[in-house]
Amino acid sequence: MIKEKELQNLTEVTVRFAGDSGDGMQLTGSQFSDTTAVLGNDLSTLPDYPAEIRAPQGTIYGVSGFQLHFGSMDVHTPGDIADVLVAMNPAAIKKNLPELKKGGMIIANTDAFDAKNLKLAKYDTNPLEDNSLVGFEVYPVPITSMTIKALADTKLSQKDISRCKNFYALGLMYWLYNRPVDQTIEWIKNKFKNKPEYIDANSKAMLAGYNFGENTELFTVRYQIEAAQLPKGTYRSISGNEATALGCLAASVKSGLPLFLGSYPITPATEILQYLSNYKNFGVKTLQAEDEIAGITSAIGAAFAGSLALTTTSGPGLALKSEALGLALMTELPLVIINVQRGGPSTGLPTKTEQADLLQALYGRNGESPLAVIASSTPSDCFYMAIEAFRLALKFMCPVILLTDGYLANGSEPWKIPHVNELPDLPTKFWTDKNTFKPYLRDEVLSRPWAKPGTPGLEHRIGGLEKANITGTVSYDPDNHHEMIKLRDQKIKNMALDIPDLEIFGEQEGELLVLGWGGTYGSITEAVLRCRAAGIKVSQAHLKYLNPMPKNTEKVLRSFKHVLIPEINLGQLSKVIRAEFLIPAIQFNLVRGLPLRSGDIEEKIIDILGGKL
Amino acid sequence: MADNIEVKEVKLTAKDFATDQDVRWCPGCGDYSILAQVQRTFPDLINIKKENIVWVSGIGCSSRFPYYMDTYGFHGIHGRAPAIATGVKASNPGLSVWVATGDGDLLSIGGNHFIHACRKNIDLKVLLFNNKIYGLTKGQYSPTSDKGMKTKTSPYGSIDFPFNPVSLALGSEATFVARTMDRDPKHMQQMLKRAADHKGMALIEILQNCVIFNDGVFDGISDKGVKDDMLLYIEHNKPLIFGKNKDKGIKVENATPSVINFNEGTNSINDVLVHDEFDKSPARATLLAHLTDSPEFPTPMGIFRQISRPTLDGEMQAQIEAVTAMKGKGDLEKILFSGNTWEVN
Repeated sequence: MIKEKELQNLTEVTVRFAGDSGDGMQLTGSQFSDTTAVLGNDLSTLPDYPAEIRAPQGTIYGVSGFQLHFGSMDVHTPGDIADVLVAMNPAAIKKNLPELKKGGMIIANTDAFDAKNLKLAKYDTNPLEDNSLVGFEVYPVPITSMTIKALADTKLSQKDISRCKNFYALGLMYWLYNRPVDQTIEWIKNKFKNKPEYIDANSKAMLAGYNFGENTELFTVRYQIEAAQLPKGTYRSISGNEATALGCLAASVKSGLPLFLGSYPITPATEILQYLSNYKNFGVKTLQAEDEIAGITSAIGAAFAGSLALTTTSGPGLALKSEALGLALMTELPLVIINVQRGGPSTGLPTKTEQADLLQALYGRNGESPLAVIASSTPSDCFYMAIEAFRLALKFMCPVILLTDGYLANGSEPWKIPHVNELPDLPTKFWTDKNTFKPYLRDEVLSRPWAKPGTPGLEHRIGGLEKANITGTVSYDPDNHHEMIKLRDQKIKNMALDIPDLEIFGEQEGELLVLGWGGTYGSITEAVLRCRAAGIKVSQAHLKYLNPMPKNTEKVLRSFKHVLIPEINLGQLSKVIRAEFLIPAIQFNLVRGLPLRSGDIEEKIIDILGGKL
Repeated sequence: MADNIEVKEVKLTAKDFATDQDVRWCPGCGDYSILAQVQRTFPDLINIKKENIVWVSGIGCSSRFPYYMDTYGFHGIHGRAPAIATGVKASNPGLSVWVATGDGDLLSIGGNHFIHACRKNIDLKVLLFNNKIYGLTKGQYSPTSDKGMKTKTSPYGSIDFPFNPVSLALGSEATFVARTMDRDPKHMQQMLKRAADHKGMALIEILQNCVIFNDGVFDGISDKGVKDDMLLYIEHNKPLIFGKNKDKGIKVENATPSVINFNEGTNSINDVLVHDEFDKSPARATLLAHLTDSPEFPTPMGIFRQISRPTLDGEMQAQIEAVTAMKGKGDLEKILFSGNTWEVN
């Protein structure tokens, strides 16, 4: 007799799926996330995979993971540490055990714990049997053999059958966290619509996993996580890269300009090019260029010709585009450059996240070359910041760099979808009057006219050589050069009057302000919320505009005795804050290729405040 | 200004294409001839309105060209003119996009963009000012400098094997490849018109004399006394003959060319290879491109090859139209609200 299983309520859980990079862990994780999102939980995800497509099976460096933090409250991070580890092989345990909570749950695929895999994972003895996992709740489940058993009557090859094991694991997790399988079944049907045998096999494997949970005596408890209190509206789950692509598309629609993307594939930015390649019926032109330089220079050509111009890349690509950024700045053409930051320097950690391109974005060019730099703070925020990047580029006739990062790009969260009519219009006008036209005339914000080829009477020449102000002819005049340098600088500074003030969360003045920028928003928010819940007085501000900064930035910073700046670099924003305002920022830096752990920031906050509440 | 008054188009002249900028090339530079031929030719390009012409360049002496043409112009950065021009053309296929570039700009730092522009057949007209030297940096060997050439960076003679630009363009699948010379204005004008009429990537290699750093580099083939014997004007459907008395020709046996002299009695004009600009096979054009490998052969001038292939800019536009016809015009609201959505009440 199977005992009735107990149903326990939880407010939040962090689950990590881990296995070989060919085991389908990303798919399993994203399916679990999508189902969880639709159930109304708030969530945040962290895909964590190797740069190799199919690293050698069974090895530690070949482990691919997907972490998901969901709950009935606001969720800001993918979770510092997992409560549950689903381990498809020994290497998954070896690699992920340090990231598993003490007393956490391990669901292990015992079939994969053979001599060969144990050796590859550098285990002398089987950790499931040698008491090395004492202190964890270990659930040994023969996932592979049960999948094979469940699919005994299918016509698939043995290899294809064993590939369905991730769906078995997914089914078991659905049972454990009391989630329905329907949505994934629909997804399977759609995904394999031309291969009915796979629809059958994957669905069966998942249901077998679900039923195993129901019928086994191994699990006595299953869990329930109520829906979160989210604002009313229609939601979807969105990753940063998809949000970025949609934001660019929205900017095209709202400006009435056709989007032109010149780009070269690079991890983790490639998906933006992939998404935008789909929207041909919006008039979007995507050019997969021969290299990074052609990506940006073709976009500059497109901007000159009157398109809404975009180039997308990641760190090393931004380095290659540096010279062309100077050209875009000099010719004062609207252009958006999106840098999905990854671990650097050089090739670095292509699939990991980092915030170490801030100084490159701000300063990485020859000559006096100020650029507008803005940054997204969450996956869905990428949508709005992409639109904002274009708004600024069009209004101020200049290149704008939007920084996102690997974590934002691949991580996902529920997004309350905005209606098109709620989005800002991006008014654009091309110059047409030939009697008043001068290529470097200035309007009230110092923007120059945009006169596109094809307009009679406005034939003019621009380029990288210094130009005389107003007339735009080549000029080597010393005073003109000084004036133009100041004009280009002032134009960027003028943006400060056009962007929102920096907001403070918490007390408006006091002992400690935690200042962040970019993708660390979630980790910092969670740390600050926990401290405040414990009665610690700490405030938070998050910079989305790095150049120029909001006009009240200095005032905000000076309202606090201490300013703590956590960053996934060695203190790049801290350096800028000190240089700009002579404010002695306290740094917190960890450059591990992973999001900051909110627990670490929390400790630092408590430490700064002398350990006192 | 009223738009509804019909204005009769006035034919433009060379002067209409000149800007108010002083031309700053060295006195005697071959670039002056190129500018003059372009300005003389452009009024005859009746299908192209002045406001639809864009000149794009990179860096080098040649790349100052856009400043002297009263059209839309973009003076880019070193080597990147083909990529910038690609963006202009892809963005607005209605424009006539021309690139002014040099041997260093196009074949060294910009080599990658050049071969891909050829391959993709972007509808650009590329004028390569080939003077076999770096001029603006004051005399270093270039990727077309002859082996052994002594320059500031090769005082003991260059050890680099040079590119043959025509062969490179053919190998990169360019659909129009021609060669002309600064000293032959009429021929250059013909080549410019033919390139303007071509739909696709057109390369014209223009042999151009640098009076300061490589003066006379083409004298051996272009001086009055030698040019009849050293230049081979290739024309469609005509036998490849040359020489003061038109008594020499190119014969090809076993895919190997040789120079024959009709006066020697063994060969006649009937043995001479007849040129076919539109030959589907690149073999003939490639063979002609490589005549210059040996000093006994004349240098071919004219159109090596012109073939028809869809352009990237045209295909890009066509795909947009086809997908729009299939899916209907894009609806942002629909895209935003697509996929797995759920309601929170």
